[in-house]
Amino acid sequence: MPDAETRNETRRRLMSGREYIGVDRIDGPLVFIRKTHPVGYRELVECVDPEGNPRLGMVLDTSDDVVVAQVFEGTQGLTLPGTKIRFRGRPLTLGVSEKMLGRVFDGLGRPIDGGPAPLPEAEVNVNGRPINPTSREYPRDFIQTGISAIDGMNTLIRGQKLPIFSGNGLPHNELAAQIARQAKIRGGANDFAVVFAAMGVKHDVARYFTRSFEETGVLENVALFLSLADDPSIERIITPRTALTLAEHLAYEKGLHVLVILTDMSNYCESLREISTIRGEIPSRKGYPGYLYSDLAEIYERSGMIKGSAGSITQLPILTMPSDDISHPIPDLTGYITEGQIVFEREMSGRGIYPPVAGLPSLSRLMKDGIGEGMTREDHPHLASQLFAAYSYVKDVRNLASVIGEEELTPLDHQYLEFGEFFERKFVSQGKDEDRSIEQTLDAGWEALKLLPAEELHRVTDEEIEKYYTGAG
Amino acid sequence: MKERIIGQVRRVNGPVIEADGITDAQMLELVRVGESRLVGEVLKLAGNRAVIQVYEDTTGLAPRDNIYGAGMPLSLELGPGLIGSIYDGIQRPLEALRALSGHYIESGITAEPLDRKKTWRFVPVSDLPPGTEVEGGRILGTVQETSRVEHRILVPPGISGVLDSLAPEGDYTVDRTVAVLKTDAGPRELSMLHTWPIRNPRPVKQRRPLSIPLITGQRVIDTLFPLAKGGTVAIPGGFGTGKTMTQHAIAKWCDADIIVYIGCGERGNEMTDVLTEFPKLVDPRTGRSLMERTILIANTSNMPVSAREASVYTGVTLAEYYRDQGYHVAVMADSTSRWAEALRELSGRMEEMPAEEGFPAYLPTRIADFYERAGYMDTLSSREGSVSIIGAVSPPGGDFSEPVTQHTRRFVRCFWGLDRQLANARHYPAISWLESYSEYLDDVTPWWEEHAGASWAAERREILELLQKEVRLQQVVKLVGPDALPDSQRFVLEVCSLFKNAFLQQNAFDDVDRYSSVDKQLRMLSLILVYSRRGAAAIKRGVTLVKLKQMKVLTDIVKMKFTIGDDGAAEFDKLQARLERSLDQLESIYA
Ligand SMILES: Nc1ncnc2c1ncn2[C@@H]1O[C@H](COP(=O)(O)OP(=O)(O)OP(=O)(O)O)[C@@H](O)[C@H]1O
Ligand SMILES: [Mg+2]
Repeated sequence: MPDAETRNETRRRLMSGREYIGVDRIDGPLVFIRKTHPVGYRELVECVDPEGNPRLGMVLDTSDDVVVAQVFEGTQGLTLPGTKIRFRGRPLTLGVSEKMLGRVFDGLGRPIDGGPAPLPEAEVNVNGRPINPTSREYPRDFIQTGISAIDGMNTLIRGQKLPIFSGNGLPHNELAAQIARQAKIRGGANDFAVVFAAMGVKHDVARYFTRSFEETGVLENVALFLSLADDPSIERIITPRTALTLAEHLAYEKGLHVLVILTDMSNYCESLREISTIRGEIPSRKGYPGYLYSDLAEIYERSGMIKGSAGSITQLPILTMPSDDISHPIPDLTGYITEGQIVFEREMSGRGIYPPVAGLPSLSRLMKDGIGEGMTREDHPHLASQLFAAYSYVKDVRNLASVIGEEELTPLDHQYLEFGEFFERKFVSQGKDEDRSIEQTLDAGWEALKLLPAEELHRVTDEEIEKYYTGAG
Repeated sequence: MKERIIGQVRRVNGPVIEADGITDAQMLELVRVGESRLVGEVLKLAGNRAVIQVYEDTTGLAPRDNIYGAGMPLSLELGPGLIGSIYDGIQRPLEALRALSGHYIESGITAEPLDRKKTWRFVPVSDLPPGTEVEGGRILGTVQETSRVEHRILVPPGISGVLDSLAPEGDYTVDRTVAVLKTDAGPRELSMLHTWPIRNPRPVKQRRPLSIPLITGQRVIDTLFPLAKGGTVAIPGGFGTGKTMTQHAIAKWCDADIIVYIGCGERGNEMTDVLTEFPKLVDPRTGRSLMERTILIANTSNMPVSAREASVYTGVTLAEYYRDQGYHVAVMADSTSRWAEALRELSGRMEEMPAEEGFPAYLPTRIADFYERAGYMDTLSSREGSVSIIGAVSPPGGDFSEPVTQHTRRFVRCFWGLDRQLANARHYPAISWLESYSEYLDDVTPWWEEHAGASWAAERREILELLQKEVRLQQVVKLVGPDALPDSQRFVLEVCSLFKNAFLQQNAFDDVDRYSSVDKQLRMLSLILVYSRRGAAAIKRGVTLVKLKQMKVLTDIVKMKFTIGDDGAAEFDKLQARLERSLDQLESIYA
């Protein structure tokens, strides 16, 4: 008995080559086509402009009456009668290959460096699929970035997703590039690669990263996906997915440790909002669609480690907080998905502290399993906890001082102020090329604590005090 | 399963599908859509049209694809083999899916939630001869499901008749008949497995008042804001304030018999964390691995949003099933906000009229219905069992005035508000002692006084009053500095600061501190109050604050949570004696 559904499927396969001439409506990046054969949800669309160039798109809504597709390369120059549409009967895929390292691509994964497209090792759906939680390997390997504010206080772990919450004009690019240059696993093999995805950032940002990779001679380990400020904004929707599709191939098929830098996620979210608005969806906060959380999770959750596979994906998304507001939906929802966050503070940057990593709101959630004896150093967990506690008290003292005046503070509080100064100037602050070992970082932490009396140090053990506080004199 | 075509797809909009040509579909019927048979559920019926939500990724689904009806609502398989398993939001076994499709979850794959090949040793109950009238909820026999859980095989609720035969002790697979009933509708074969629709609460004999605390081993919870067995609590907090850590700690150390942990729209790694850590941890009460009492539901943030909506019902139905066997079950739902957002997304796609912030108008009813499934019950078989629900809430921007937090607050009786300032200062658990409350306090006070000490309620009140006083004093300090306060008042600040450091802060990663028995909690509290009362008296006699603060014994009091274990009564006696001696000495100098 011929199944009805098989007939529908067959019909669709046969029709997939068919070309529809003329579309019914164009609104922003969306095209609407009536009277088509049954078209699949999220199916790949080719939208041929009047010049005959095919532009790629994806079906967002499909019904008997009308199909809605978003066109990643923009709808500029399209006409209603002159546009031809082909539905491909399959989702958007990326041909992936290790040879893509050292190359530059657009947001859809097509080379833009003048070279030929590398021969694909596999064709993979760019939308990704959820990793089975039972297949994940819990990340625990410490990555030494050489940056004290990170290694000491907000340790980065292989397979972690740790965003940088920054603001306009703050040195997030410098920090991301420095991490990419300096990151290493101590005593481990370093089969690493960097996948860099730019969404809506300017040319000079892309150039800054390229130069930084070039100077350290790692460019052949880097794949860049660029969808810059002057590219169609809709392309940003697909760029991180394209980049992560390659990252997954490199990590889980080729066993590489991949660092993925995504910048700037705020631009990505804005493109998403744009489409949602055009579709007339009910917005949640600040006009962003209600599914922003799930959509971001589809991206951020494409990181981690998988059982039986040597590689890993570590994500370093960068986002600029609109008006430095951490409760804005973009940083807020990101923080709810990622495994911590590095938060920049404009005020610290203003005082010349680089990197301006805010002490209290920054957090690495995977730190606890990757530090301590055998991983970093046995005193690390307590030391970090003590530094947090003391620094948090410094903030209180500073507030108090701003009301009653510094002269009125107790001698102990003065000691705390000195500690705070030292901590920010000597521990957090460092050079843009300064690569500190974890021991240097931890020792600097103890140097700061020496400005406080031993009785104040509740979170470290007597032995640790003996060894690192008194002992090292 | 008999399949029948009930209609065709006419529109696909993400997880929501419009169908037409509908003939005999039922409301909330389980359906399969398209050639890959994606699992879905009928949400609306109108004329020959229907709206269906699909629990899997709908990529590739197209108009005119067929829709198949299963003739029953979305249901769970209940029987031995649940414990230790990890399921997605619609009870697909994730381990089995991995065997089928590898590291990624593909659409359209299915596997039986309960292994059909595995045999279990069924032991029939001895007092049930053929000819006995039995009703739903009656226990037919038992299976040792894990070394600590005896699984009790029930007559499914709603079924009754006369027992015709009961299988002898032996090894059976879950779908083998173990009993036959003569019912009005003819003979009915029962196996160890039965199904139950996730959206229907399982019936009980009656609800009981709550009186026993759910002991979590977390001091700020048990001592200050206790939860009762059968109770409900919300844990709201901005990102990174400690909702998941708190839920993990409770799942590990609370004195429930069974834990159902629902990862609803949260991180994959957190589920992996539970999967790798729980088997290694040993329950302080039974000495068995914690995984032997735990069921996991993992519908992570990147898994389909409609299955996220279903996951909380799946979890609570599993909990009710074990409750019906006479167990105390604790359900963790992390996070109910993601569930509410799933409702919002589906509602939006169905183009329903939104109420506040895009949430559907029925949000409060759904939240109420969910928490209503908690309770301390007399089961159908006249045992006692309970379901406690501990729901995390993730308010946007950490602002508790948003709809999900507000509505949840109306339906739960206990509230552990997480505070961003505390979390930033790494004061964990960051449960605010000013914003949190428990309406179970009076219910559980008799238990505490009987099991821990008659002074419990009074001492608890005493420390809370001090904390209130501290707030007022801190306001003064913020204006004029601490020096403006007399020693007697500065001492209150000292006591509160000691209480926060030594008692409220609890390190989830320390082998000793991660769990405190009720005795230890009360001893610690009492000790701090001795310091508070005697210190205040000493200051009246002229002892200075500085001298008090310099007492060596204080450093040991701060560290007692790490150094004294659960059976440390003698050590507490010693510590208290030292404290009293030091105070005696100071007083004798000044007297
Ligand atoms: N009791 C605790 N002991 C030690 N550390 C804690 C404790 N509670 C929270 N933390 C720290 O805070 C971090 C964040 O906690 P958690 O993951 O529970 O936050 P959350 O509220 O669930 O956040 P989200 O809403 O983003 O899921 C942890 O990774 C840990 O570093
Ligand atoms: Mg959480």
